[in-house]
Amino acid sequence: MLPKPMHPAGHCMLEADTAMDRIADIWGQRTPHDRGTVWPARVDSHLTDGIPEAEVDRWVVSACLLCSNGCGCEIAVKDGRMVGIRGRATDVINHGRLGPKGLYGSTPFASSADRLTRPLVRDGGQLVPASWESAMGRVVEVSQRLLREKGPLSHGFYTSGQLFAEEYYTLAVIGKAGIGTPHMDGNTRLCTATAAASMKESFGCDGQPGSYTDIDSCDAIFLFGHNMPETQTVLWMRVLDRLAGNQPPAIVCVDPRRTKVAEAAAASGGVHLAPHPGTNLALMNGLTRELIVNGWHDQDWVSQHTLGFDDLAAAVEPYTPEHVGQICGIDPADLRAAAAIFGTSERVLSTVLQGFYQSHQATAASVAVNNLHLLRGMLGRPGAGILQMNGQPTAQNNRECGADGDLPGFRNWDNEKHVQELARLWNVDPLVIPHWAPPTHAMQMMRYAEQGSIGFLWISATNPAVSMPDSARVRRILGGEQCFVVVSDLFLTETARLADVVLPAAGWGEKTGTFTNVSRTVHLSDKAVEPPGEARSDLDIFLLYAERMGFTNKDGAPLISWRTPEEAFRAWQECSRGRPVDYTGLSYDKLRGPTGIAWPCNAEAPEGTDRLYTEPVFPTDVDQCESYGQDLTTGASVTREEYLALNPAGRAFLKGAPYQPPHEQVSTEYPLLYSTGRTVYHFHTRTKTARARSLQDAAPDAWVELSGTDAAELGIAEGDLVAVESPRGRIEVRARIGRVRPGAVFAPFHYGYWDFEAAGPDGGQARDANELTMTVWDPVSKQPYFKTAACRVTKLRDGTGPAPAPTTTASAPPDGSDLPPTSGGQPTSSEILTPTPVYPNDPAAGTDAPAPTGTVAGSVE
Amino acid sequence: MTAKPTHLATYVGLLHRSEQTLAESFVTVGQGHQVEADVYHTCQSLAKLSLAHLEKLTPVVARYGEQRHGDDVEEPDRLHADGVAEVRSGAVGLLRDLQDLYLLATLVDTTWTVVYQAAQGARDSELMEISQQCMGETTKQLKWLQTRMKISAPQALLVAS
Repeated sequence: MLPKPMHPAGHCMLEADTAMDRIADIWGQRTPHDRGTVWPARVDSHLTDGIPEAEVDRWVVSACLLCSNGCGCEIAVKDGRMVGIRGRATDVINHGRLGPKGLYGSTPFASSADRLTRPLVRDGGQLVPASWESAMGRVVEVSQRLLREKGPLSHGFYTSGQLFAEEYYTLAVIGKAGIGTPHMDGNTRLCTATAAASMKESFGCDGQPGSYTDIDSCDAIFLFGHNMPETQTVLWMRVLDRLAGNQPPAIVCVDPRRTKVAEAAAASGGVHLAPHPGTNLALMNGLTRELIVNGWHDQDWVSQHTLGFDDLAAAVEPYTPEHVGQICGIDPADLRAAAAIFGTSERVLSTVLQGFYQSHQATAASVAVNNLHLLRGMLGRPGAGILQMNGQPTAQNNRECGADGDLPGFRNWDNEKHVQELARLWNVDPLVIPHWAPPTHAMQMMRYAEQGSIGFLWISATNPAVSMPDSARVRRILGGEQCFVVVSDLFLTETARLADVVLPAAGWGEKTGTFTNVSRTVHLSDKAVEPPGEARSDLDIFLLYAERMGFTNKDGAPLISWRTPEEAFRAWQECSRGRPVDYTGLSYDKLRGPTGIAWPCNAEAPEGTDRLYTEPVFPTDVDQCESYGQDLTTGASVTREEYLALNPAGRAFLKGAPYQPPHEQVSTEYPLLYSTGRTVYHFHTRTKTARARSLQDAAPDAWVELSGTDAAELGIAEGDLVAVESPRGRIEVRARIGRVRPGAVFAPFHYGYWDFEAAGPDGGQARDANELTMTVWDPVSKQPYFKTAACRVTKLRDGTGPAPAPTTTASAPPDGSDLPPTSGGQPTSSEILTPTPVYPNDPAAGTDAPAPTGTVAGSVE
Repeated sequence: MTAKPTHLATYVGLLHRSEQTLAESFVTVGQGHQVEADVYHTCQSLAKLSLAHLEKLTPVVARYGEQRHGDDVEEPDRLHADGVAEVRSGAVGLLRDLQDLYLLATLVDTTWTVVYQAAQGARDSELMEISQQCMGETTKQLKWLQTRMKISAPQALLVAS
């Protein structure tokens, strides 16, 4: 627990606004900063129900869990309830800021009347309340019977990007050393698997090269399929503040929608490239070729620190700007202009997200971003960085701790030495730890569950009935008799409704643990309040299962020797020792200090590490790497012998692949390209954000975005009810005439059925965007493709008003529209602090940042 | 080229037929196991590799002639393998079909090796280059099949009903 107030001593409030509507003003007040200076601090806070700050009993250290940015914060507690949130001015990630989801959506879920407070078991087809004893008894009975009859491969565990490191690690040990199943994955497969895969292919190992501080000093920012203003609002504030200062960076946007990033590209002298959905790799090959033919690559650096240049140059040779222009539907001059910005800027930062990760040839296209940086030696120094983003706040921990199938500590399943290390650490026979093939990915687990060869599937903190592709199929699998389904969650989600046993879980603020963001920064989230009813933390649920199952090590002692989050954290630290993801220098006490800390944090780097690869030595040595690599077009594994023959010895890999057309092409029957994505006001399937009134009112229902051209041709006007159909399914939603490129259609993926008053998918009135998406995934990362399906749109009836789509973001109507602006958020407070606190490891530390002079943007009446 | 190397022509013919068979079999297995999404899509794209090899062979066939039945060489005919005409069902069926594809791809692979060796002896640089390219892509097919079989085998043999 931390005492209040949190403003660092000697700092004062420069400018305050205590009634900011952060629905209307998503990014808040500007605090411009010039290139190479420290980003100023601004403390955002929100207390529910108009509670004055003086009445808050205490503030509890945490980090925000409603996107992947990882903003340091404190939870306000009053009378044993979470009543609000405040950004931590001293945290390196957000310098005090919070976004609309964090402000409005963090705490209301906890006291929501429909929280699960007791376990439920299915009896006579119905879910009925039960005791923990009886519910866990049923789980253990089925689990033990299947282990006896069918063995460990009958078990699957599907987790999340929202549990804590301690929970993932505990489950990883249960799954890999207790049961011995390779069938473990997280919904991180849907959001971040490609980020990890691209780094394994390029650098030999997962681990973010760059840092958010790269924004402070770069000359150009390339956002590849990354709608940062909506997905990481606080990171975008940092960009906006650079754009408002002196020597702003040029922005290059790759996105088929005219997002706020695209607008910033136009305003900053950058470029907006809007390729046809599914053609990213052709575009990337074109950019790569331009770098090479113009001699913008650093030949000396490339020959000293990389492998594969000749093959890459040959692979991209056919992709002239004209050829790429034809494939992608873009102006070749724009491609040349974008390449010139990359090729001639001194410091380039690239960020990559779902526009690449969830689209065709995901890993090859994301690896191509790494290639651009490697070709210029453009990493390892301030402003020259790569941020392969995550979609979720704790996705990184699932990757690190191994509940996603990877071996814990970025160990290589194909390296016998790594398996031996784990076997020693856990004191089990190495044969127990599955390592005969790559781990089973989520979509394959669903297929095994469909066939019944996985007969026990435990789903924690995620909602695949809404979030996985081809929803109808997923509902059928989870609701079928062939597989026993356990769900741990906060609420009775669409997935929980299909389960055989439902376990009530404690949420954020109701339990203690750590999690790690995109930039490797670890935060502690302390328990602020008691969970409701009989709800328990996922850690306690896994520990109970392990105890009841009686998992033991070789000496017959309990396999899991820890009982508390802090003990679990220490066990994980030990597992990370000596690996690139070294946590051994951290502790709960240290993490209760002024800021989150980025790994590696160990004896050599006791205060953590701002950016990797400051020396261009990559973790590609054969016994250091996390993967020997895969064929980028098929996913075939590279063997240890083949890898040894390459003799990487600390050099990074340049890997290329030819563009192939997407799996589903448009046709006369389905003439449009369908893509899904996020809106700023919701997270995932709205389990938390729909229970926060400010957020729910801002985006209350599903919609679909069409270009003006297509809408006119189809006779569709703003707000009309339309049917959107693909070969898999159909939704009925209202149309926003928006900012997608002609030929493309965009639908938000947040909207399922738990709060839907209409009949739902069985009654012919579906709205879940995934009713239409395909069961298809990337050959390397196995990330499903949500952005390449063909569809058709037909008008059903006239609308009665505008579509329920926000007007403040990429879902805005075209310029000049008179639709009312989205607004109506409860008042929040925002204060600019001066002087700016000192941030550890900030490369700009010590520079005298000019006093912020920003004005309040979009201020509230 | 001074003399027409008859046996090489026979092997070019064998290559032509086995690549054709492999391409058709990839398509059959992919379509037959459509419910395995990765098998479906990867098999389609690997079939295209074999079809591209056929195109690359066209000028070679024009030069050497395609001798399917050499006057005094019967062995290559005996070597010719039938393709996969229909798929088996279930997890074990998928495994067996992938094994069949692997055998067919191995025949293609060794045939390219034999042709490449002869091309070196004949100092036929065009055929040498084509052989090297195609051998690399046949390796890609083999490696995917091996990876996919390794993933499938435990589940198919131990748990699947």
